[in-house]
Amino acid sequence: MRTALLSRPRSVGTAAVLGLTAATALSACSTPAAAEVPGVTDDTVVIGTHQPLTGPAAAGFASISAATAAYFEYVNANGGIHGRSIEYVVKDDGYNPATTQTVVRELVQEDEVFAVVNGLGTPTHSSVLDYLDQNGVPDLFVASGSLTWDQPDEYPGTFGFNADYVTEGAALAQYALDTEPDAVVCVLGQDDDFGEGILAGVELAVGAGKVASSQTYSTADQDVTAQIGAMKEAGCTHNVLGTINGFTALAVGTAAQMDWFPRWHVSSSGADHPTLVEYLGADVAPVLEGLVSVNYLPNSPSSEWYELFSTINDEYNDGAPYTGNTTYGMSVGYQFAEALAAAGPDPTRESILAAVESGDLVGNGVAPLTYSAEDHFAHRTVRVAVVTDGVQDFTDDAYTVSEAGAVAVEPAQVPLENEGIPVTD
Amino acid sequence: MRTHGARLLLRAGLLTLLALGATFLLDPYRNYQLATATGVFVAVAGLTLLVGLTGQLSLGHAVLMAAGGYGYALTATRVESAIEGTPVADGAGGWLLPLLAGVAGALATAGLLGLLLGLAAARLRGPYLAGLTLALVIALPSVASTVPGLAGEQGVRAPFVPVPDALAALIATEQWHAWLAIIVAACAVTPLVALRAGRAGLRMRAVHDDETAARLAGVDPGRVKAGAFVLSSLAAGLGGVVLAIVTQQVSPGAYGLGFSLLLVVAAVVGGLGSLGGAALGAVLVTLLPWVVDQATTALPADLGHRLAGNLEIALFGVVVIVVTVLRPGGLADLFPGRKHAPEQVPST
Repeated sequence: MRTALLSRPRSVGTAAVLGLTAATALSACSTPAAAEVPGVTDDTVVIGTHQPLTGPAAAGFASISAATAAYFEYVNANGGIHGRSIEYVVKDDGYNPATTQTVVRELVQEDEVFAVVNGLGTPTHSSVLDYLDQNGVPDLFVASGSLTWDQPDEYPGTFGFNADYVTEGAALAQYALDTEPDAVVCVLGQDDDFGEGILAGVELAVGAGKVASSQTYSTADQDVTAQIGAMKEAGCTHNVLGTINGFTALAVGTAAQMDWFPRWHVSSSGADHPTLVEYLGADVAPVLEGLVSVNYLPNSPSSEWYELFSTINDEYNDGAPYTGNTTYGMSVGYQFAEALAAAGPDPTRESILAAVESGDLVGNGVAPLTYSAEDHFAHRTVRVAVVTDGVQDFTDDAYTVSEAGAVAVEPAQVPLENEGIPVTD
Repeated sequence: MRTHGARLLLRAGLLTLLALGATFLLDPYRNYQLATATGVFVAVAGLTLLVGLTGQLSLGHAVLMAAGGYGYALTATRVESAIEGTPVADGAGGWLLPLLAGVAGALATAGLLGLLLGLAAARLRGPYLAGLTLALVIALPSVASTVPGLAGEQGVRAPFVPVPDALAALIATEQWHAWLAIIVAACAVTPLVALRAGRAGLRMRAVHDDETAARLAGVDPGRVKAGAFVLSSLAAGLGGVVLAIVTQQVSPGAYGLGFSLLLVVAAVVGGLGSLGGAALGAVLVTLLPWVVDQATTALPADLGHRLAGNLEIALFGVVVIVVTVLRPGGLADLFPGRKHAPEQVPST
């Protein structure tokens, strides 16, 4: 026992000294020289993102960052923005908040990125919100519609990309009431900010407490039979879904198994038709006929943006299948390029934030962007899309949502200019 | 015994100072890694004593870390909002009070869960205990999404501990967090060293070697096993506190099955029962995934994606096999000064 007691600390000490030496050697060889504006050199701008390339959410979202990277390659091949090419560092976080924290620190401290662009997911991105704020890293165009991103006082550098979930929920429910005044509206939502936001939006449109049945699911549980059963019991005619693609397919499929065919009104985050068909299989896919969704991006085969993005997809993305994620990823790229162009020939972290807040960015959505110093959300207007004969396309219905509720408006799609490359002057 | 105690405290103090000094040599990202590794070290230190000394194998130590993390985050947030607006919140008390209350909360939660498990552990042997603790890890995500207040997958936010004004000009946030991690580790591991060397350690070894003989010698095996489980749970809870301070977040995703098994790997590779080995093992399991990630990004994207997440697990398997074949006593055995025989591997 004596020897054990005496020898133990010595081996700890040896270990500590060894660790110390190794750590010193490591840090000495990898500490980069500080640049004046992190990530910006004479000919490049380095930005980073965290995306689920592996793990449970990968099937639904992994193609987004590939599309964004393809758009940036297209821009770089055409001279870049203010002569700088955009370098897009994509880190895999497996949709696990703990991993997100690690990879975002790597992006900021090792890769010294100029900004984090389109970090994906509510639980994942929430975990780095404070970190990015404390380090003054622009946190642009978060891939989630959680209201968390719209707190300009607390998080001056954070901006959302998606239409917020409340806007989508309100528009979906209002469309249900506009098409069927006697609609019995119900909600199935994910048990987090996503589902809560959709529910809040639906209540905004139908009135508080007027939702006939409100159910939630957890992504940890691959079964929604109980929830769908309860909704059928409640006599729902129009179900608004705050679900990700996998659970939209699960909900629609489960109801079909019960021989129940209500109208489905689905948030943009879980309504991508090609993805849903993949989940359900071609023989079950016809139950998706008539599926109503909203979108804020030019995700329609008849749009000129869609045409351009398809060409870029073929040329720079190995001709990967074109889905809603492709439109999404390339639109993210366009919006960042536009912000970078507006930030001036010598962009700084301050100037790009000012450019986004200025309200001059229009984006490429179904209506111009709504960013301002007080509003860090991109889209207050969404357009209704319906699946007809297996094709998901926009109708002429669009809604603008404010605190007063959803109001029908004319869609005002931002036109395509200069081959989809923001003009710098 | 008193001189031993003084010597132990002196060594602990010196090691702590050395570690604090080492943070000045690291850039912020490496300090972040150091703080993470330190959090893992605290938990592995408790686990290695549990497995090495009493032979109880827990595959669910990540859950005990999570219990500590949640306990810390919930308590600290409460206290932070309670003192908000009062004069206390302006000075150092603004972060110190929530921190201390959080640590107490963490010890209470992890200790309570550890006690429940310990009572079961006193009655279960080897594989049955391993199975019970394994079930806990698998149940964690469901528990987090069922129990109100734990906020499901999104997890709970822990308050940010800012660098004190007096130090703000001198050190970065990451370095400050590494300091906090080192101080928590010192407070958690020093008592373990003392226990290991003292009578408690002797009783644990006695129970491990032969329960009947131990009982004949007047040692109550049940009490010793339960006690050891509670101790190692408290250490795991403090490890959870460190990770919660560093990342300002506790979510079930951070404490999955893979992480729980990594803790066991760290203990085995480091050398069961050895606290220095636990430190080496913790550094290894923290750095290896990062090294693998660096290596896979150099590969073509396609291959890299396929390997991501899988390669490190395979590598860990290889490391465990190599170490157990070549050095059954673990990495701690590589260093001179370890004169006594290696600890016995548990007979599970």
